[in-house]
Amino acid sequence: MTNPLPDEVAFMDGVSALPRDNGELVFAAPWQGRAFALAVALVDRLDLPWDAFRQRLIDAIAQDPDRPYYDSWAIALESLVVSLGLTTEDALEAATPAERAPL
Amino acid sequence: MSHDHDHGHDHHPEPLAPIEARVAAIEAVLTEQGFFDTEMLDQLVSHFEDNLGPLNGAKVVARAWVDPDYRSRLLADGTAAIAELGFGGPEGDHMVVVENTPDVHNLVVCTLCSCYPWPTLGLPPKWYKAPAYRSRAVREPRVLLAEMGTELPDDVEIRVWDSSAEVRYLVLPERPSESEGLAEEDLVALVTRDSMIGVQRL
Repeated sequence: MTNPLPDEVAFMDGVSALPRDNGELVFAAPWQGRAFALAVALVDRLDLPWDAFRQRLIDAIAQDPDRPYYDSWAIALESLVVSLGLTTEDALEAATPAERAPL
Repeated sequence: MSHDHDHGHDHHPEPLAPIEARVAAIEAVLTEQGFFDTEMLDQLVSHFEDNLGPLNGAKVVARAWVDPDYRSRLLADGTAAIAELGFGGPEGDHMVVVENTPDVHNLVVCTLCSCYPWPTLGLPPKWYKAPAYRSRAVREPRVLLAEMGTELPDDVEIRVWDSSAEVRYLVLPERPSESEGLAEEDLVALVTRDSMIGVQRL
């Protein structure tokens, strides 16, 4: 079967290492898995080096080391998306829902 | 949160944490621009949750099926032969490959914790870490395998391999008889994670 998770994502080390429990990835909530998939898929889709995201993740963690890992992940994702010109802060603001969509 | 929250099956809208809302916004914007569709992201997420990790082991197995010399090297020194394909690392330091035959079936467990060769097998499935699997794989492997959908004839010997921090095992499954003539890259797709742990025969 094909594996959409590149090694450079799976094997990140240092502060950017993915949270794991005994080797298995841990998502505390569904949105965290979503944020994870978005970053991996976007980098793949645009054929960017994984470092383009990873460096932002490291920076976001450095900004506030006590922040939960996937909060920093989401901040890094937003920063990447905006800096690539794919959207703007305003457009994101407008698209931000107030309620969770029904499943 | 609503009062009768039942693990994601709640159909009532719920208030969102700002960070969660922001991720939803990013997804909405990128989806609208046609980068992804929701279904593709759903699939990706469930793949990460259920079956995460590089299934490099499948490439190792497929190579062993098509190349007898590689197979010999793999069985003689798993670590070195796996490294030939570029896989290795701290959790795959000392790999031992055990071969299934018509008479012998191999099963891998880690009775103490959940040692697992994740450079080759990706990340362990949840059941691999469950106390029930860890104890029953040793005590009653035949019953356990049958419950997991693999019924072995009584004359097939089951060998159970207990992984540790020092040694990690990988099962080399038998090549399915209907796979004659397939190219190596197509064989890779036939190799499942479970067959390399030994809870499934191909």
